[in-house]
Amino acid sequence: MLIDTMLYHIGRYSLMLKSVISKPERFSMYYKETLRQMDGIGVGSAFIVVLISLFIGAVTAVQFAYQLGDSFVPTYYIGYIVRDIAIIEMAPTITCLVLAGKVGSNIAAEIGGMRQKEHIDAMEIMGVNTASYLIMPKLVAAIVVIPMLVALAAFVSICGGYLATVLTGAVSHSEYILGIRSFFIPNNVTIMFVKALVFAFILTTVSAYQGYHVKGGSIELGEASTNAVVVSDVLILVFDYLLAVLLT
Amino acid sequence: MIRTENLVKTFGDNEVLKGITTEFHAGKNNLIIGRSGAGKTVLLKLLVGLFKPTEGTVYYNDVDYFSLNPRQLREIRMQVGMLFQGNALFDSMTVEENIRFPLDMFTKMTQKEKQDRVNYCLERVNLEGVNPRYPSEVSGGMQKRVGIARAIVLEPKYLFCDEPNSGLDPETAIVIDELIADITKEQNITTVINTHDMNSVMGIGDKIILMKNGHVVWDGDKNEVMESDSEVLQHFIFASPFLKRLREDALTLRHQGD
Repeated sequence: MLIDTMLYHIGRYSLMLKSVISKPERFSMYYKETLRQMDGIGVGSAFIVVLISLFIGAVTAVQFAYQLGDSFVPTYYIGYIVRDIAIIEMAPTITCLVLAGKVGSNIAAEIGGMRQKEHIDAMEIMGVNTASYLIMPKLVAAIVVIPMLVALAAFVSICGGYLATVLTGAVSHSEYILGIRSFFIPNNVTIMFVKALVFAFILTTVSAYQGYHVKGGSIELGEASTNAVVVSDVLILVFDYLLAVLLT
Repeated sequence: MIRTENLVKTFGDNEVLKGITTEFHAGKNNLIIGRSGAGKTVLLKLLVGLFKPTEGTVYYNDVDYFSLNPRQLREIRMQVGMLFQGNALFDSMTVEENIRFPLDMFTKMTQKEKQDRVNYCLERVNLEGVNPRYPSEVSGGMQKRVGIARAIVLEPKYLFCDEPNSGLDPETAIVIDELIADITKEQNITTVINTHDMNSVMGIGDKIILMKNGHVVWDGDKNEVMESDSEVLQHFIFASPFLKRLREDALTLRHQGD
C-alpha cells in the first residue's frame, strides 16, 4: 500500500516535471516572472538566512571552544572547524531546511490557492502550459538564488563564529584568522554548491507538486503546505547523506 | 458549432454523465440547466477539455477535440473564452493586466495595440477607467464584466460561462445576461451557459437543455418552455411557488381570452 502510494506520487511528480521542462509560450513572460521569483526567494529570504547563519556559526564556535577545553588541540582549530562545518554542512543543509519552510510552504500555498480559485483552469483554457508557467520560473529562480544564499550563509556563519569567540576572548583575532585559512580544500566549496543546487531543485519542485495537485478546501491547502515542508525536509536530509557519500 | 457524442464521465463508481449527445450552435446562447448535481458543471468542463470523457467525445466544428495533438489543442484553446463562476481573476494583477494576460502570452501585438484592445474590451463591457484597479477593489458585478472582457479579448469563437449570474442581484444579472447575449450575436460566437437562473432561461435561452441525473431530459428554446407539458421541465422551472402561481395566472388569463 505504502509502496503503491509512493510509486503513484513518483510517477505523477515525474509527469509534472516533464510538463515543466518545455519550451515557454512567451519567453518575456517567463523572464518577468523569474525575476519576480528571484526577488521573493532571494531578497525575501536574505534576512532570515543571515540571522540563522550568524547564530549557528556562533554556537558552533562556542561549543567547539568548550569541547577543546584544556586539551592540547590548538585553539586556532576553532576557526578551521567553524569554516569547514559551515561550508560543507551547515550553510547548504540548514539554509535549505529553513528555505523549505519559508519558500516551500509559500510555493505550495500560492500554487494550491491558484488551483482552488480556478486560476489554473482559466490559464489552461487559454492554452497556457500551467505546469511550466507556474513552476519553471520558480525553479530557475531558486537554482540561481539559493546557491547565492548558501554562500552568504557560509560567510555569515564564519563571521558569527568570529564574533562569538574573538569578542569573548576565547580565541584571538589572529588565531581565528589563521584557523579559517588552514587546511583549506577548494573541493569543499564545490560540494557546498552542488548540495545547494540539488536542495534548491528538491524544495522547489516538491513544494510545487504539493500545491499543483491540491484538491478540496482550506484544510487540504494547509495539509499541502505542511507536506511540502515535511517531504522537502526529508528528501533534503536523504540527499545530504547521499551527496556526502558520493562527493567526499 | 460544438457537438457532443455519447459523452460518458465517471468518477470512480459514480457515473455523472450517462451518454450526452447534443449540439450547441454558433450565434446562439445555448443554456444548460438542471438542479445541483445534475452534471452541468462536469459537462461544461468536458466541453472545454478540463476533464477527459470516459466514453464519447466532443467535436468543435467536426474536429474531434480529444484526438488533437498538443499544438492543435493550443490552437483550439486560443479560440475559447471562459467566464468562471468565481471569475478566476488573478488577484495579484490589476484589471488591465488580467485582460492583457492572454495578449501578452499569445500575441505579438505592440504595446499600443494591446492597450487599444484592452480598452475596447473594457468599453464593450461598460467598464471604462477601471484599468489600474485590482479585482478586490471592484464589485462582484464588475468582476463578472472584467471576466467577460478577459474571455473575449482574443476574439474567441466559443464562449463558456459557468453560472454567470451567481451571487449577483437580479438587475445586475440581467445586465450580464444581455451583455453575453449581445456579444454572442455580434461576434457569431457559440456560447454555452451553465445556469440556474430562470430569468436567463426566459430572457436569452436560444437553445436550452435540461439535465437530470446525467441525462438530457428536455431540449428546446425559451418559447417552448411555457408551452411544454414536460413534467420534469415544469417541475424544474416552476419550482418556486411564486413562478408557479404566475404561470397558472397566465394560463388562466389565456383561457379566459380564448
